[in-house]
Amino acid sequence: MDLNDWILSLHVLSAFALVGAMVIFWIMIVALWGTDSTSRVASLMRVSQIGTVLVSVGSLGTIIFGVWLAISLDAYQVWDGWVIAAIVLWAVAVELGRRAGKLYGGAGMEAERLSAAGTETSPVVAETFGASRAVQFHAASSLLVLLILIDMIWKPGA
Amino acid sequence: MTDLLAFSRPEFPLFVHVLGAMVLVGAVTTAVVAQLVPGIGSVDGDRMRRFSFRTLLLAALPAYIVMRIGAEWMYSKEFDSNSDDPTWIGIGYITADIGALLLLIALITAGIASWKSKNRLGKASGIVAAIALAGWIVAVWAMSGKP
Repeated sequence: MDLNDWILSLHVLSAFALVGAMVIFWIMIVALWGTDSTSRVASLMRVSQIGTVLVSVGSLGTIIFGVWLAISLDAYQVWDGWVIAAIVLWAVAVELGRRAGKLYGGAGMEAERLSAAGTETSPVVAETFGASRAVQFHAASSLLVLLILIDMIWKPGA
Repeated sequence: MTDLLAFSRPEFPLFVHVLGAMVLVGAVTTAVVAQLVPGIGSVDGDRMRRFSFRTLLLAALPAYIVMRIGAEWMYSKEFDSNSDDPTWIGIGYITADIGALLLLIALITAGIASWKSKNRLGKASGIVAAIALAGWIVAVWAMSGKP
């Protein structure tokens, strides 16, 4: 394996971390859909911690190793249309994901605080873990990541 | 290698294979963390064992099947069955086959642990799933780097 093979490997492993994290969050969203139970949310917030680490590592790894690969390989350039499209989609997806994480993280911390204080239910938790802005942000972010995957595999114009 | 990735690969089977594998990794990671968390603080063990079992059954198992269908589809398009396979294909098949066995063991033990409220069996399920996950991460490295 030469350096480019290693960069490609790390790029793909980062993509697995990023999509894996989004899958973790989707599983949690489905499992907690519409719940107002603070203890249920608090118990699964511990699972979300690994998702948060993976999404950070995956987001940074995909862009760093992806751009490095585009610079390093003669076959591709950073200004190729499909590479620029991927970078733009990545930036928007990361921002939408950050907003979803902020909303879910806030509700999760609230659930942990209330659960520790002995409060069983919370309307704020029920609202966030239902059809909220948070799930819209996460769905939009997931859709954009899916488009990046399609772009990476088909490489339109390459 | 880049030419192989860009032009001659059958894209749709590759997409199915990669997407299935990504969902599999995410689902198994969720199940592993959920099984190994119950010992910490006040987290409800029964709830986490049930969550882990359902994640393996409803997310990881279907994702494995999709990943494997994509792999076989791609293999049938790209490789002649009479030719010698490259090393990375061998690594992929070994990790997929052993991983399937480990996934089934983890699924069955998670189901029993959830049904009978057995904490140690739940942890064993998490460890078995974690071993499968480690193998699949090696497979991702081998599939992309092609050593």
